[in-house]
Amino acid sequence: MATTHTYDAVIIGAGGAGMRAAIETSDRVRTAVISKLYPTRSHTGAAQGGVCAALANVEEDYPEWHAFDTVKGGDYLVDQPAAQLMTEEAVDAIYELEHWGLPFNRTPDGKLDQRRFGGHTRNHGEAAVRRACYAADRTGHMILQTLYQQCVKRNVRFFNEFYCLDLLMEEGRVAGVVAYELATGDLHVFRAKTVMFATGGYGRMFKVSSNAHALTGDGPAVAFRRGIPLEDMEFFQFHPTGLNKLGILLSEGARGEGAILLNKDGERFMERYAPTIKDLAPRDMVSRAIFQEMKEGRGAGPSGDYVFLDFRHLDPKVLEEKLPDITEFSRVYLRVEPTKELVPIQPTAHYAMGGIPTDVDGRVVVGPQETPVPGLYAAGECACVSVHGANRLGTNSLLDIVVFGRRGGADMAAYAAGTEAPDLPGAPVGSTLDMLNGLLTRERAENAADIRKDLQAQMYEKAFVVRTEDGLKEMKRDLANLRDRYSRVGVQDKGSVFNTDLMEAVELGFLLDCADALVTAALARDESRGGHYREDHPLRDDANWLKHSLAYREEDGSVRLEFKPVKMGPYLPMERKY
Amino acid sequence: MAPDPTTGRVLRDSDEGSVAAAATVSLTLRIRRYNPEVADDPWWDEFTVTMEPTDRLLDALHEVKWHQDGTLGLRRSCAHGICGSDAMLINGRNALACKVLVQDVAPKATIEPIRGLPVLKDLIVDMEPFFAGYRSVLPFLINDDGDPERERSQSPEDRHRYDDTTKCILCAACTTSCPIFWGDGEYVGPAAIVNAHRFIFDSRDQGARDRLKILSEKTGVFRCRTTFNCTDACPRGIEVTKAIQEVKRAILFDRF
Repeated sequence: MATTHTYDAVIIGAGGAGMRAAIETSDRVRTAVISKLYPTRSHTGAAQGGVCAALANVEEDYPEWHAFDTVKGGDYLVDQPAAQLMTEEAVDAIYELEHWGLPFNRTPDGKLDQRRFGGHTRNHGEAAVRRACYAADRTGHMILQTLYQQCVKRNVRFFNEFYCLDLLMEEGRVAGVVAYELATGDLHVFRAKTVMFATGGYGRMFKVSSNAHALTGDGPAVAFRRGIPLEDMEFFQFHPTGLNKLGILLSEGARGEGAILLNKDGERFMERYAPTIKDLAPRDMVSRAIFQEMKEGRGAGPSGDYVFLDFRHLDPKVLEEKLPDITEFSRVYLRVEPTKELVPIQPTAHYAMGGIPTDVDGRVVVGPQETPVPGLYAAGECACVSVHGANRLGTNSLLDIVVFGRRGGADMAAYAAGTEAPDLPGAPVGSTLDMLNGLLTRERAENAADIRKDLQAQMYEKAFVVRTEDGLKEMKRDLANLRDRYSRVGVQDKGSVFNTDLMEAVELGFLLDCADALVTAALARDESRGGHYREDHPLRDDANWLKHSLAYREEDGSVRLEFKPVKMGPYLPMERKY
Repeated sequence: MAPDPTTGRVLRDSDEGSVAAAATVSLTLRIRRYNPEVADDPWWDEFTVTMEPTDRLLDALHEVKWHQDGTLGLRRSCAHGICGSDAMLINGRNALACKVLVQDVAPKATIEPIRGLPVLKDLIVDMEPFFAGYRSVLPFLINDDGDPERERSQSPEDRHRYDDTTKCILCAACTTSCPIFWGDGEYVGPAAIVNAHRFIFDSRDQGARDRLKILSEKTGVFRCRTTFNCTDACPRGIEVTKAIQEVKRAILFDRF
């Protein structure tokens, strides 16, 4: 028997977006935050380099410059009104975090210090600008801690180590969610007027990723299975500087502080690809440049499959004071001393630009007409507003979570206060029980871990930085095969107490759904834009493709695509040079 | 075609030629098990896995879980020492499994749950008493002056005073290495004091007196016997004992 709880607002996920939303709702309506991790374990805490806002503390800057950079960085797939709003609200969002105690680094005169970051420029591309507020290379950690502190202060109700496994709808509106309590194996029904997904990304579908093991696309997949489309899934960001083979992130803040990329010949190759801002070009361009270097035989190592990040010319104090964590990662995981040695790096799957489509108030909107789903919200990496378009600029993810977490939470609270509690659908836990019982009772003909490993290897080979029609078609077939194998997965642990074996198998199902949507959209989009690079169609094609994709899960398991226009604004698409 | 990293081994130019020979190592993991659905008492299991020397101990535990015993219970998420999920007792010392490399423990490692908190299953303990200690020290900025229009001013020197204790990831490695905490469930423990320190020495905060009052009570800082286990255990390199001493001095001399 499932326990039933009733709340006005239920937020799934306790990273930056979820907790920022909870701060907004908890004083006004009955709020529950459901999280499969303890809040402070969330992956917001792994963000390093900074959060941008045009405070102009160290040099001239304006939100409009920031908006332009965001649109151009996103290769013009950004909804421009949303980017304008985000960059304008950025300034107050940063002050709010400071007022809550966030320990930002300071200038000598006591203001928030700011540093350079990829793709952030003065006056529409003239030169790199100091726009990123930061706390050493632990900015995400500090944001996560600060938001958790504010939740503790407000006595926010958390359900920790609860996995959201289903979304309940009744007569076209949200009715709640079903959650699995890891400690006991019990199912819980949360009846709710409003539900927000804030579950983060799904980078674990790739073999080399900066993402935590927990990032399996739970929110997007649960919504997808209930008929909610996923927007712009083909756009995934591959961060250029992951630790070789491990994928652990080395912040772009490193290059913001002066580190440079070198190929095996010791050449600073970014000078050829982005003559103006060089190593601080946007991430999609730098990752492609690295692949090009490898392709032309200038990758390092016997397989030529990595390049170097060079810190050796920096004052060791800069590493110690502004980049301490990534310095330690090099030492711990590669046994490389960055003050003296080159650090081997390679692109790593980092961030999903796509996700659950929302408007600027976090409301989930479906179809080309953007029809709101009453009571349903999404924010953060699992959502697609779209402020990141085809390629997110560094620091804009942390900005996204605080700006749209707040806006979504405010709208939820207002909506919930003015509506009656929904009715629950019949047999609310039925399909969840079927799924879990299948995994628990089936003979273990297939092992989820092996399928996941194959998925990661295949996606890394065929849907990573460089994609082709042939490769994506093959990946579609691979996914059909993986899905077939998944239907025969059984788990070894049959117990009720902390059955992470069972939850890992469920999470693999979520990853497969997200991969299906990603590959289908990537195959359809025969152009190159931002993070989606098609070697067989290397140019951007605005005449045919200046539009968002929407992927729907059909009854027969296939994926159907629709498209909707990009919301334009003052910036006309132009060639993206840096 | 993407490059195919087949091993966890890190290559440098000087390594060329020796790569093919990148040897794997055998690692035997002796793990303390507990599962209330299986037995009333804990037991020991041994597993042997073949790993790259540069793999993380967490990778080895995953190898056990994914290919030998799916019932093995452990927490993990980020796998690079930031989220604080996988603190455990490794060869008698608290550490994060994702920050210990196989080459540093092979051929054998003994793994137990962190001590002083109730074990729920295998390496998973009940974190609630730990977070209750954290919550008891008012771990949020207190300032009643009203928010200014822009940021509050803070000099780099003032910012530096509490820098070390902002690094805490609440993994509990320090608190569960403390013999006083093991022996006395009432002691708030090092991590709670670290998080109080982070605000007590923040020039923007006005709640220091309230926190110092809490920490001067019998459950507070004067339980500490400066064994330095906490400092040794901290995966973030926080000088935990020093922070505790600074809080003690703040109480004794009413200065902070």
